[in-house]
Amino acid sequence: MADEALFQFLHSEIIQYINSAETGESENGRCVSKLENMGFRVGQGLIERFTKDTPRFKDELDVMKFICKDFWTSVFKKQIDNLRTNHQGIYVLQDNKFRLLTQLSAGKQYLEHAPKFLAFTCGLVRGALSNLGVKSIVTAEVSVMPACKFQVMIQKI
Amino acid sequence: MAVCIAVIAKENYPLYIRSVPTQGELKFHYTVHTSLDVVEEKISGVGKALADQRELYLGLLYPTEDYKVYGYVTNSKVKFVIVVDSSNASLRDNEIRSMFRKLHNSFTDVMCNPFYNPGDPIQSKAFDSIVSAMMVQAC
Repeated sequence: MADEALFQFLHSEIIQYINSAETGESENGRCVSKLENMGFRVGQGLIERFTKDTPRFKDELDVMKFICKDFWTSVFKKQIDNLRTNHQGIYVLQDNKFRLLTQLSAGKQYLEHAPKFLAFTCGLVRGALSNLGVKSIVTAEVSVMPACKFQVMIQKI
Repeated sequence: MAVCIAVIAKENYPLYIRSVPTQGELKFHYTVHTSLDVVEEKISGVGKALADQRELYLGLLYPTEDYKVYGYVTNSKVKFVIVVDSSNASLRDNEIRSMFRKLHNSFTDVMCNPFYNPGDPIQSKAFDSIVSAMMVQAC
């Protein structure tokens, strides 16, 4: 479907734009947080649309399962491959073939640039969770492209 | 036909509240405020059947001698409260449900508006017109 390519191209251009807008001295930090904040707002709006007709969620695990299945399918056309939790507020979502990374070469060459490509999605997950009433911190790591892991830490107030 | 419609945020402050006869405004604000307690009670639903908990429409919250108050909660914990006139007894459950549906659709559109910050009072004209269409016409 053409719409997938559209989003991927747009996403890469956003990353390029933010990267060039940042001057050389500050490293990836500001670039990543800008992308994350963008993802946050988008995640909030997306969740409002997606959960319009779904029944209310029972608990946190239900929310995480929704994110892994329905939410991920709507955005990336596939589900999360693996969800692990320690039942104490830490969830690890593993995607073995992350859509936004498949276009980068699978070797070690671009491993250091990968975090920029994951920042928007981290924000997306954080925004989605926050609108569903779950405060969290989402980080991502890549060891082998194109697989990546998103770690969600739920913050209990 | 509603007499007062309110949208209340997750943190329980009003995002949007509008009532028809402008002289009774304070009374409606008070009614909506007190209905929040009933909403909380329905959401937490201790010991209720599982089917109840999964629904977004909460139904009749409580009737006073002049008015009936209906509630609806979204998955993002935003609450909609509609107050209707008791004398207008012909309003059926289905009609109230469809009013809430329209409100929810309109609210989703407001949320997706990139110029709207979640948590701000709702100032969208489109939302306003949907709400006016549902209110009793002031004579």
